[in-house]
Amino acid sequence: MADTVSRFIPATGPEIERMLNVLGLSSVDDLIGQVVPRGDMFQGSLPMASPISEPELVHELKRLALLNTHTDQVLSFLGAGAYKHGIPSAISHLVDRGEFLTAYTPYQPEISQGTLQAMYEFQTMVCELFGMDVANASTYDGASALAEALSMAHRVLRGRRPRAILAGAIHPDYRATCVTYSRAGPISLAHLPPRRDGRVSIQDLSRQLDRETCCVAVQSPNFYGLLEDLPVICPLVHDAGALLVVVVTDPHACALLRSPGELGADIVVGEGQALGIPLSMGGPHLGLFATRRRYLRQLPGRLVGRTVDSQGQRGFVLTLATREQHIRRARATSNICTNQGLCALMVSIYLSLLGPDGLRQVAMQSHSNALYLKKAISALPGFDLVYNAPFFHELVIRTPVPAARVVEEMLPDGFFAGLPMDRFPGGRSHELLICATEVLGKEQMDSFLSRLARFRGNATPARGA
Amino acid sequence: MQFPPELRYSQEHEWVRVEGDEAVIGLTDFAQHSLGDVVYIEYRSQPGDHVAVGDVVAEVESVKAVSEVFSPVGGELLDTNEDLDGAEELVNQDPYGGGWLLRIRLSDPAQVDALMDASTYQAFVAEQDS
Amino acid sequence: MSTVKTTSGTNGLLQSEPLLFERSVEGRTGWRPATSGVPLADDLPEDLLRQAPMRLPELSEPEVVRHYTRLSQWNYSIDTGLYPLGSCTMKYNPRVAEDLAALDGFAQLHPWQPVETLQGALHVMAFVEDSLKALTGLHAVTLQPAAGAHGELLGLLLIRACQESRGDPRSKILVPASAHGTNPASASMAGYQAVEVPAGPDGILEVDTVARLMDDQVAGLMVTHPNTLGLYERNLSSICKVVHEAGGLVYGDGANLNALMGIVRPGDLGMDVMHFNLHKTFSTPHGGGGPGAGPVAVTQELEPFLPVPVIHRGDPLTLEWDRPNSVGRVRSFYGNFGVVLRAASYIMEMGAQGLTHASRMAILNANYLRVRLSKAFEVAFPQPCMHEVILTDRLQRAHGVQTIDIAKRLMDYGFHPPTVYFPLVVPHAMMIEPTETESLDELDAFADALIQVAREAGQQPDTLKSAPSRPSLGRLDEVGAARFPDLRYDFDSTQ
Repeated sequence: MADTVSRFIPATGPEIERMLNVLGLSSVDDLIGQVVPRGDMFQGSLPMASPISEPELVHELKRLALLNTHTDQVLSFLGAGAYKHGIPSAISHLVDRGEFLTAYTPYQPEISQGTLQAMYEFQTMVCELFGMDVANASTYDGASALAEALSMAHRVLRGRRPRAILAGAIHPDYRATCVTYSRAGPISLAHLPPRRDGRVSIQDLSRQLDRETCCVAVQSPNFYGLLEDLPVICPLVHDAGALLVVVVTDPHACALLRSPGELGADIVVGEGQALGIPLSMGGPHLGLFATRRRYLRQLPGRLVGRTVDSQGQRGFVLTLATREQHIRRARATSNICTNQGLCALMVSIYLSLLGPDGLRQVAMQSHSNALYLKKAISALPGFDLVYNAPFFHELVIRTPVPAARVVEEMLPDGFFAGLPMDRFPGGRSHELLICATEVLGKEQMDSFLSRLARFRGNATPARGA
Repeated sequence: MQFPPELRYSQEHEWVRVEGDEAVIGLTDFAQHSLGDVVYIEYRSQPGDHVAVGDVVAEVESVKAVSEVFSPVGGELLDTNEDLDGAEELVNQDPYGGGWLLRIRLSDPAQVDALMDASTYQAFVAEQDS
Repeated sequence: MSTVKTTSGTNGLLQSEPLLFERSVEGRTGWRPATSGVPLADDLPEDLLRQAPMRLPELSEPEVVRHYTRLSQWNYSIDTGLYPLGSCTMKYNPRVAEDLAALDGFAQLHPWQPVETLQGALHVMAFVEDSLKALTGLHAVTLQPAAGAHGELLGLLLIRACQESRGDPRSKILVPASAHGTNPASASMAGYQAVEVPAGPDGILEVDTVARLMDDQVAGLMVTHPNTLGLYERNLSSICKVVHEAGGLVYGDGANLNALMGIVRPGDLGMDVMHFNLHKTFSTPHGGGGPGAGPVAVTQELEPFLPVPVIHRGDPLTLEWDRPNSVGRVRSFYGNFGVVLRAASYIMEMGAQGLTHASRMAILNANYLRVRLSKAFEVAFPQPCMHEVILTDRLQRAHGVQTIDIAKRLMDYGFHPPTVYFPLVVPHAMMIEPTETESLDELDAFADALIQVAREAGQQPDTLKSAPSRPSLGRLDEVGAARFPDLRYDFDSTQ
């Protein structure tokens, strides 16, 4: 056993012997026997396969990869929290540099300036995107970022307001994550369903807001792709003494639209995957988290700050760590330790390559493509639009047959046609959520439309669940 | 390390200086030394609040530690040291002077008598440090 | 200044590199977005549109590539050299895993695709679940948590759900004093009050101590095994019995699983829930602080509470959403699939024998360093250790030299310092975890450097106190950074 050779483990037989000599032992078993009680030792053999070579490994995983159908082999109209935008090649080349890829959290700043400066730049760019004062160095994903935002709002108001309102069409996974996080916590969640037009009901919201409410969370563009009326919602929330948390699932929207910060949000969280991170079946993606300067001390997660070295040269360090678990332990602002550093780096590189104009163009083209689909679908016999409010790049369409059937029947023709809404509790069977980004060409969208058209009229669209 | 004889000391390493019916409170030299460079102070109570013995009235942070300040006496909180905002180093440089933290109107001056005098505190610290 | 023997990585061609925003030139760009040929929309009301321009940098592709390449050269990494961070398991990260994760058949999968188009990915996930079950002897696994602390939160919520379903909800949880800060922080988030458990004088938890603390409000014990002192918790199986008898459950923090593979199965000792750090034990890269993955394994009793969806082992594989007792979910989609995939490639290549060998060599390497360094430094617990060993600065403090100075001076010798000032129960700790992927040459070079630093502590303490001198920057002012937080570039002032 001790002679098993792995290409990642350099020790040779004679070297092992030399080390054992230094320890005054004759075998590795003797060493382990000194530490591990006999009764604790695993006596069987692990029900796992034997070692294989790299070519065998590559062969096996390529075989498994071929069992999948991926979004480059079909035309994908899937969005709903994960978006297929163009990704510059330079990103993977840069993040695959071992110095970024295989570094740990930058606890020793003198030899981690690369990661630290990149994170400071990242924090700055997230602030610019969201119109906020400070951003952390990332959290896991958009859903967990939202859950953390609710508990941050609760802390900001000193724990005196126990209720958080999730208003309107918030991504179901995000909502479910908040529910799970609040199972044991001090926050009780109130769910305010969207009104008929797919957006937050202002009347219902003002009825719900009270002195017990610490925050209102609103997703905009919301899960149906619609823009919420933040200029109206924001003062309403603030007048009640609560904080406004805005959730963004594709930050490209912020390049086109007034930023959540400009509209008065107190905390902005989001999913950063759309900005240069591969879909990768849903992870690793990136949680974005930004707030106002005055709430800085309640922010969860790592922060990088600018400082100077002993010679007065500019440098960067992890800072304000007293908020974090390794110092404040049970009273920390969160338990988060490992975040999504490399994904944050991908987003930084993406934003530096695109710049303000590139980002705006991607957003505009995505929206224009979605608008093209919207107009065409509204003219398709048997199809209809479920909502008509201003939107970004996703829309819910009413289908003449169950949406799940649309998806199933279009798959062999090379389409991921969208997401049937009845996948979620309360979702309606004849509604399909579709998304368009800039990577879809006109011809591709036309082929999607003509394939959709074949569903016409062979069923009466059901209205309502 | 300094242990001014005119002050009284708590086991939580706060000092108390009685001025009439008021008490000025701060962190001892030992406390500031073990905490390291103070970078941030957050008051948990505001002037006007009534605080009891043992209440957490502030948190003092260094780069890598957080220390709660427990009120060694009870009474009405009269004042907090706003000069420390942006000059937190005073807690380190002048712990018994400019680095004071709170001023309290004593509700029960006898509470001060329960605190240690300088020599008792010095012995207490020596024991803790060994 | 002494002469420093050049080992590795400290003599590079160090470029200076400004911030992106300082490089920016109006009108440049590094990307031409796709255009579709449909007319650009003008439907959005003017009052919804962004007016204030985003001050993102404007740079061409070569400038961006150069910027990040230069930044990368300021980082130390495993690829640069030995990275002995205790409790972090900085082992070599196989490159093939990066190639495999980048395959279109994995990287271009949308999480909402129909399940029949995700069969290969689900096989990868099922493989990792099965492997983790095999290594721990536990019954079921979820891959959803994104990192270790995320797994802790989930694991504690599972314990809560289980005890609630028994009609026995509880409010406290025992956490050893030597635990990672994430343990008490996770306990708070899961609604538990963390009660600290002291270890015995030799750093090991004692059965009686745990027994005394167990009552009908204690949900159980969170324990890192081997513990953060690098020691084997030899009373653990008895402790698990005591906890179970009092109606509690045992949570295992898997941060140190790299010492146990094929040697001890935590489930056999009586652990009920355990998280893994795929970015430690299973060799996925740390990426400068993530992404990781923190799967959680549980006993049969806890399985009904696992988050949704779970993989159903039929042919084809399907995802099961209807699980009425589930705690819900702790994030979107299916976890950090890309990280899980990298771990799968590591586990597949290593196989049972390779993983066992890895743990054995990790233990041997740590003990070798323990013995080699035991004359120059105080070893906090002199008995044989598992995969990591803790030194202190007690012998050096006489010269006014502290752990931080030793750590910074190591940089001048081309090494990353160990984990310092953790665990908190050992004052001035230096926690060294070499891992199995370091050669004897490298271990010797590291030990030689540390011994030389110890010698310098007596002869020229000021060199240590002003270290490091060889990286491009000297010691950084962390006090100033915390006192006057500057957390983003200020576009309105010249910096």
